Amino acid sequence: MASPDGKGIGKVIFSSSLGTLIEWYDFYIFGMLAKTIAVQFFPEGNETAALLSTLAIFAAGFLVRPFGALVFGRLGDMIGRKSTFLLTLVLMGGSTFLIGLVPGYRSIGIAAPLLVLLLRLVQGLALGGEYGGAATYVAEHSPANKRGYYTSWIQTTATLGLFVALGVIMAVKANMSDATFNMEWGGWRYPFWISILLVGVSIYIRLKMSESPLYAKLKKEGKTSVNPLKESFGHRANFKMVLLALFGAVMGQGVIWYTGQFYAQSFLENAIKIEFMQNREILLWGIGLATPFFLVFGALSDRIGRKWIMLTGMLLGVIFYRPIFNTFLKDANPKQWVADMNNITVDETKVKTTADTLQLNNRTQVITHRERVLNYQGNQFTEKTTDTSDVSSAVPGTAPGLSMSNSNKMQPARVGATTYSDVVLESGLQWKFTFLVWCMIIFVTMAYAPIAAFLVELFPTRIRYTSMSLPYHIGNGVFGGLVPFIATLLSTSFANDPLVGLWYPIGIAALCFVIGALYLSNKIDQNIHN
Amino acid sequence: MKQLKRIMGVLWMILAPAIIYFLVVGAIENINPAGTKDINKPVPWIIIIAIFTPIAIGLMIFGFYSLKGEYDQLPESSDKL
Repeated sequence: MASPDGKGIGKVIFSSSLGTLIEWYDFYIFGMLAKTIAVQFFPEGNETAALLSTLAIFAAGFLVRPFGALVFGRLGDMIGRKSTFLLTLVLMGGSTFLIGLVPGYRSIGIAAPLLVLLLRLVQGLALGGEYGGAATYVAEHSPANKRGYYTSWIQTTATLGLFVALGVIMAVKANMSDATFNMEWGGWRYPFWISILLVGVSIYIRLKMSESPLYAKLKKEGKTSVNPLKESFGHRANFKMVLLALFGAVMGQGVIWYTGQFYAQSFLENAIKIEFMQNREILLWGIGLATPFFLVFGALSDRIGRKWIMLTGMLLGVIFYRPIFNTFLKDANPKQWVADMNNITVDETKVKTTADTLQLNNRTQVITHRERVLNYQGNQFTEKTTDTSDVSSAVPGTAPGLSMSNSNKMQPARVGATTYSDVVLESGLQWKFTFLVWCMIIFVTMAYAPIAAFLVELFPTRIRYTSMSLPYHIGNGVFGGLVPFIATLLSTSFANDPLVGLWYPIGIAALCFVIGALYLSNKIDQNIHN
Repeated sequence: MKQLKRIMGVLWMILAPAIIYFLVVGAIENINPAGTKDINKPVPWIIIIAIFTPIAIGLMIFGFYSLKGEYDQLPESSDKL
């Protein structure tokens, strides 16, 4: 196994990164399959199930992750890094696999959402313990001049976990119909079952690893902490550094990370209405092409220091988020495309019209739904229009269909809502969007790559696991995880600005940049052996 | 620079209660049993306010330490902690 001079470091990095990647994969698939999971376990109209669903979303990320950081951080500082992050892996893999085995609400009633909530909380707890252990373990094996580079492999795992989760879900989905995928025992469960194989391999590899040399030395000398929580947060000198790590680095990194990888995807899907598969394709390319830069910036941080690389990533987010998202809105705007009548073509083979009849007192309303596929300079999209017409007297029967529209009793139709969906961008525009997503993930690589080395160097070995885990998970789980909630809050309060939700990540990143620039030191701590 | 760090400490101390105030006001204005969004449900707000209160207190302590000059000189190495 590796020593701090870097011998055997490849094995250390591989075994640590693989496990962490799998933990991220496990955590993400739940979020990515949230709609299907909601249908299976949290049916609409059931208030208890709705409450459990909300708890599964919010409690797992906000409450349990930082709590897991405390529980496993303490364990890691008391009994060792290796045993602790082995335990988190077992908990994460086991709970993910079991989620895939829980029967749906229709089969076992309220027990289904209760079990899923419980397992999701175990996932959050395990995730809270994994990262700090893996980062500390790799850093404590690394030579001082390559600590940023070696720990940046751990930093790739959060993004690669997302990549693998997206890839597995897309591969499963591509091989079956939507109905088969979404049924109670359908394809959506496969990604959960696959987890047990991945975790099995990772546990086997991790079992062969030995304890971190710095921790083993400390333990041999009887210098390990007996109360890491008290030492980390009760001693002023250390607590001061925990606060600095959170407000001067991790909270900004958390929002940059979340906005680049999750908010961008959700914005393209919900605001721009890009079709499901193309949206994932854009993200996959963006992630795939940006991931090597974690290593580039990790290595660069060994040469020029961690501080300014992290802060530059944040500053670029502050400056470019609004222009980038504004470009998305401007370039893929079906409303504008439709207005340019000369360049619009209609695919006549895909026009569908249906009608429903509503009986209200003595009046009959006919609601006509029209769906057609349009093409604008190579960009394809679906237009759905709903028109309502009043009929002067009651008409027996329902669903009169198109014949109704010819009735002389019909009053002029009131044009209702027109919506656009399933936007498939032409190749050039798709690559432009991929480039913009890639840019945002580059900001992520800058803010995130050096952070493991930065946190490790901030705290002494005896309480390192505890001290670095808590700010990391508050920064990422709480500040990062709040991006969609605050975005919804802002867009409800300021409905005229479609980009208003971005002010939250911009504001937090700007605040963190100011604190970091003012208070952080760019000096690399060469000696973390204490 | 040291002076600026200390002055900014006051700002962090003011910012902390302001965050809690805005969260509480946000909760009161948006919780609505008829609403369907997450911001209309009480549970997320309870969780967020519960987790943000200690974070905001942390920011206030950070500001206090900063004002007292505790960040004027950072330790050169983690073994100084």
